[in-house]
Amino acid sequence: MATATATHEEHHDHGPAKGLMRWVTTTNHKDIGTLYLLFALLMFMIGGAMAMVIRLELFQPGLQFVDPGFFNQMTTVHALVMIFGGVMPAFVGLANWMLPIMIGGPDMALPRMNNWSFWILPFAFAMLLSTFFMDGGAPAGGWTIYPPLVLQGGNGFPFMIFAIHMMGISSVMGAINVIVTILNMRAPGMTLMKMPLFVWTWFITAYLLIAVMPVLAGAVTMLLTDRFFDTSFFNAAGGGDPVLFQHIFWFFGHPEVYILILPAFGIVSAIIPTFARKPLFGYSSMVYATSSIAFLSFIVWAHHMFTVGLPLEGELFFMYATMLIAVPTGVKVFNWISTMWKGSMTFETPMLFSIGFVIMFTIGGFSGLMLAIAPADFQYHDTYFVVAHFHYVLVTGAVYSIMAAAYYWLPKWTGNMYNETMGKWHFWLSTISVNVLFFPQHFLGLAGMPRRIPDYSVQFAEFNMWSSLGGFAFGLSQVFFCYIVYKTIQGGEKATDQVWEGADGLEWELSSPPPYHSFTTPPKIK
Amino acid sequence: MSTDNTYYVPHSAKWPIVGSIGMTLLLGGFAGQLNGSSMADNIMLVGLLVTIYMLFGWFGDVIEESESGAYNKAEDASFRIGMVWFIFSEVMFFAAFFGALYYIRVFSVPWLGGADSGAATHEFLWNSYEAIWPTNGPEAIGGEYQKMSAWGLPSINTLILLTSGVTVTVAHWGLVANKRKQLIWALAATVALGFIFVVLQAVEYGHGYHDLNLTMGSGVYGSTFYMLTGFHGFHVTVGAIMLAVVLVRSIKGHFTAEHHFAFEAAAWYWHFVDVVWLGLFIFVYWL
Amino acid sequence: MDKLKQFFARSSILAGISGVAHAEYGLNLPVGVTETSQAVYGLHMQILWVCIIIACVVFGAMIWSMVFHRKSQGAVAEQFHESMAAELVWTVVPFIILIVMAVPATKVLVDMHDVSEPDMSIKVTGYQWKWRYEYINEDIDFFSSLDAASNEARQVGSDIDPATVEHYLLNVDRPLVIPVGKKIRFLLTASDVIHSWWVPDFGWKKDAIPGFINEAWVKVDKPGVYRGQCAELCGRDHGFMPIVVEVKSTEDYAAWVQSQKSSAELTNSAVVETLPPQELKQQGKKVYQANCAACHQQKGEGVPGVFPAITASAVVTGEISKHIDLVMNGKPGTAMAAFKGQLSDLELAAVITYQRNSLGNKVGDAVQPTEIAALR
Ligand code: HEA
Ligand code: HEA
Ligand code: HEC
Ligand code: CUA
Ligand SMILES: [Cu+2]
Repeated sequence: MATATATHEEHHDHGPAKGLMRWVTTTNHKDIGTLYLLFALLMFMIGGAMAMVIRLELFQPGLQFVDPGFFNQMTTVHALVMIFGGVMPAFVGLANWMLPIMIGGPDMALPRMNNWSFWILPFAFAMLLSTFFMDGGAPAGGWTIYPPLVLQGGNGFPFMIFAIHMMGISSVMGAINVIVTILNMRAPGMTLMKMPLFVWTWFITAYLLIAVMPVLAGAVTMLLTDRFFDTSFFNAAGGGDPVLFQHIFWFFGHPEVYILILPAFGIVSAIIPTFARKPLFGYSSMVYATSSIAFLSFIVWAHHMFTVGLPLEGELFFMYATMLIAVPTGVKVFNWISTMWKGSMTFETPMLFSIGFVIMFTIGGFSGLMLAIAPADFQYHDTYFVVAHFHYVLVTGAVYSIMAAAYYWLPKWTGNMYNETMGKWHFWLSTISVNVLFFPQHFLGLAGMPRRIPDYSVQFAEFNMWSSLGGFAFGLSQVFFCYIVYKTIQGGEKATDQVWEGADGLEWELSSPPPYHSFTTPPKIK
Repeated sequence: MSTDNTYYVPHSAKWPIVGSIGMTLLLGGFAGQLNGSSMADNIMLVGLLVTIYMLFGWFGDVIEESESGAYNKAEDASFRIGMVWFIFSEVMFFAAFFGALYYIRVFSVPWLGGADSGAATHEFLWNSYEAIWPTNGPEAIGGEYQKMSAWGLPSINTLILLTSGVTVTVAHWGLVANKRKQLIWALAATVALGFIFVVLQAVEYGHGYHDLNLTMGSGVYGSTFYMLTGFHGFHVTVGAIMLAVVLVRSIKGHFTAEHHFAFEAAAWYWHFVDVVWLGLFIFVYWL
Repeated sequence: MDKLKQFFARSSILAGISGVAHAEYGLNLPVGVTETSQAVYGLHMQILWVCIIIACVVFGAMIWSMVFHRKSQGAVAEQFHESMAAELVWTVVPFIILIVMAVPATKVLVDMHDVSEPDMSIKVTGYQWKWRYEYINEDIDFFSSLDAASNEARQVGSDIDPATVEHYLLNVDRPLVIPVGKKIRFLLTASDVIHSWWVPDFGWKKDAIPGFINEAWVKVDKPGVYRGQCAELCGRDHGFMPIVVEVKSTEDYAAWVQSQKSSAELTNSAVVETLPPQELKQQGKKVYQANCAACHQQKGEGVPGVFPAITASAVVTGEISKHIDLVMNGKPGTAMAAFKGQLSDLELAAVITYQRNSLGNKVGDAVQPTEIAALR
């Protein structure tokens, strides 16, 4: 008993332990946040490299570089790595760093489990990526892993399934931690409706995660048994239905895409008021809008399946429900604009990325709305129009918000200012190239180019060439981003505690960088 | 004993990384085994041992901290909220399988039999198929089989689980009223009922495989039957182990009338497993 | 290095192609040749304009405030942060816009679902990686796969410039032929994995799902040749299973049906005698390249872990009856399909004989079409 008490006293005074084991055994939310962010960055690079292979092969018609089977592996693993290894861990990293500080708590509520949530991920992705070296290669059935196709996979198949299980376990534990932290660790006086929106959006995201990750686990478990244990869930001959998998997958999959965007909404809602020097417009309607989006996200899944032959009533229902999501999302967009309206704006890099986010996410949202029109989706579905849609919401949405957050909080995390000129260059290079990369894909899709093909008919050549060139430029811009981050961690102009003139919130009351343990005694909330 | 109000943050923990290694070996080994690799069994076994070691170590630490008084109201609340959401995640996991069962019974099987939009499917592909539940599909995958009746072992098992729900509550009353004897005996009864349930379930599976020719390969009926009852049985096993640990701790004199999160967590989990069973009994066995 | 040089050389040619490209395919959805496709096009344009107009308002307001409400312009921030009226307006107005959009969309959708009273029906089955067309109530049944010229050019390192291949990747050996102005019901299904049948000019695509039949219909107003592609990832060669539909005038169609019938009779009546193994092997090579090489590869080496090699395969070099059984009935649950429904007796006999005596194998025996026929 004495030892437990001793460690308890100790941790007030001591900073982090030294050496590698510090990072492996840490229970500190800032350490774990850092680990998550670095891991996400690495995964972005790996997933980005795969995207470069895709764009290289699609640079011109004809097969120049890769075998079609390998191309499908690239597409599949690119998406899995970006979504489960890039965007989600990046958001969890931000949550780890910022949530306890934003609510005035001492740490995450379940620190040991927090460590485990992170340390499952490297193993899960090692397992996923190791499939490239197995007989039959990596999974090649698309990130949507539809049977029966995915069941034809080689030796990598069960490894992919278990890797997904592990990612799911990690996400669910991370999400439980977030919810418990928010419900239980708030400083006195931090009522729910005083919480910063980033906390709110993460709260709802965590709820979505706990609700749908287990469903994905169930879905992939059925794949596993269909392949290895003779079950017939997805086999008509035994009374099952391949489409059943799609229903279950998208019951997970659609909320998943909001998991990838709600924290982004929170980030942007923190940054825009700071640089507009004006409080966020419509705080409470933001909270309600986020909740409605989360609610609606559960009843729209079949908009990914308009072409599978649903009964008419089903298609109508899912079309209407999907269109409805535009309303709460619109509320958010209008609130951001009203926050900027009559503000006193400056355009540092985080603000540039946030504005880029609002504009380009909205473009992605509009194409989403077009896809929601079921009869029109009969044409758009599984073409590059869809690819353009989701990269606008994912890359210029989710990833842009992550970059905005990185610039916004990097001075706080490291105590050093990043180089503003370089940051602005990074923004403009990225924004120009990303539009060259993804905008032409709308035209490709409309003109009839299917997705997930390694080679195409020559009339698609020109736009693909542009898209690839944009892709290479965008990829290079992100290497530049890594350099900027690296430089900032190394040193630079010292950041003040406040960092940004208009910033508001508990994180700015701490020093830059903040002490290893931030609010061991709860702060006073005004 | 610490009495100050700062939240307990353990300053480092090796168990998570041990757990990750264990999980990776276990699942990686299993995957290898499914691929027919000969080494894989051993890897799996090592993974299992490492995982068990992790569970003992991790929970051991937590129990020690708890008994040393490191946890106050705040920590207790964290655990409680965490447990509730964990159970919610389990509910959703089962929802996936119940959803599959629902879809199969309400949509895919009738469509194969020609209902609604399945008219053409029936006419051109499965002309002679009659959609009657239970079914092993138009190609009668797995061959002739018999349905598992609801009124033999399953109904006994229902009684067992319902009784165990009562005994665990009785144990809780004992704990709160500081009646140790009642706590221990009622808890022991619950654990025993839990394990009896698992054993009977195993007997039932034996009956299914050997007498009824009802296997996982018996089309969708066999698939849903074994998947749902199998995962449920697994959860009963886990719940019973949790209760057994709580029993041992109770015998050791752990827990107070105010402070017994572990007991409650196990009890909640047990009730959850119970409710899932009722769903199974109705939709898998009975209707 | 040479490869790289060529790569860049060719990319400069691309600029040349693009002129042609514009002429053939636009930036926009094709208007198409059916009432449905035109209605869909209308919906598409409608929603597009709605989005563009909203975008102008939204981005306009943003740009306005970015230009005029900036600190460097001396703007001082106001502190308002709530307005019930504004919130109401921008909740209700989009809602109304959506309802206005939903009404025509519903109409079109209901119409598309109405497969009743067709003039004729065609069953379409997706295979890895070709399509099969069966004319219901008519003795026409054939496969349609990527044409030879595209297939040659699309191989990795073929060094054939795709621009020189006519309808590169959008051409097949045997197109689907349908009459103009008739309501044709399609019964879509698949034999192995999910495919999706899509001809943009018809205005829809629909998934072909193994074990289920999806229905869709089309009534084409204009004779012509319309091209499309499989639109659901179906494995390695998903990008290489195009669709070509020839829409013919009623008379031309009738003539085509007649010609199909007589050629079908020809193949059926052609008495297959015993063929010398050499002959079988030669024919088998063709069958193999067309039907098997996609998976088992041109030289029979297979793809490790996914498609077994034919060279030195235990099945191929073992007992012939097992080999025949495998090829005829396939292996359920794997990509290896039952070929007895796809190939004729002669073709089966030929390809089996070929596999056993070529591709590095030297078993020395042969199987005759009559033996296959007896096994059916
Ligand atoms: C971050 C991720 C993200 C987000 C936020 C969204 C948002 C939306 N998505 Fe998207 N989507 C994906 C990620 C995302 N999507 C992915 C990954 C896929 C493909 C998966 C795959 O197949 O691999 C996909 C595919 C996809 C499809 C299936 C397409 C197909 O395969 O055929 C559909 C169809 O309805 C759709 C619709 C929508 C809609 C209606 C929204 C809405 O939420 C958008 C709402 C926003 C706006 C509308 C803009 C702002 C609003 C206003 C300014 C108000 C006024 C506006 C009007 C009234 C018009 N999405
Ligand atoms: C978040 C998700 C995400 C992201 C970021 C991307 C990024 C990119 N994607 Fe991806 N993509 C998907 C999700 C994503 N994609 C999905 C779901 C699919 C569908 C798969 C399927 O069909 O199954 C897909 C498919 C897909 C295709 C279609 C393939 C096909 O159909 O065959 C193409 C083709 O051009 C493509 C290209 C690209 C390119 C060039 C990028 C570039 O943007 C990449 C450049 C590199 C980066 C963007 C990384 C740098 C980012 C950072 C440095 C952020 C900072 C990080 C921290 C601070 C931690 N993607
Ligand atoms: C769509 C892919 C595909 C096509 C096309 C295909 N096969 Fe196969 N074939 C497979 C797969 C996968 C297997 C392995 C099945 C298994 O798991 O045993 C296989 C196995 C075989 C085997 C047994 C090899 C062994 O050693 O196990 C033979 C012989 C064979 N195929 C012949 C053919 C012939 C002849 C054709 C063409 C008429 C053909 N295949 C076309 C996918 C295909
Ligand atoms: Cu068939 Cu894609
Ligand atoms: Cu969706």
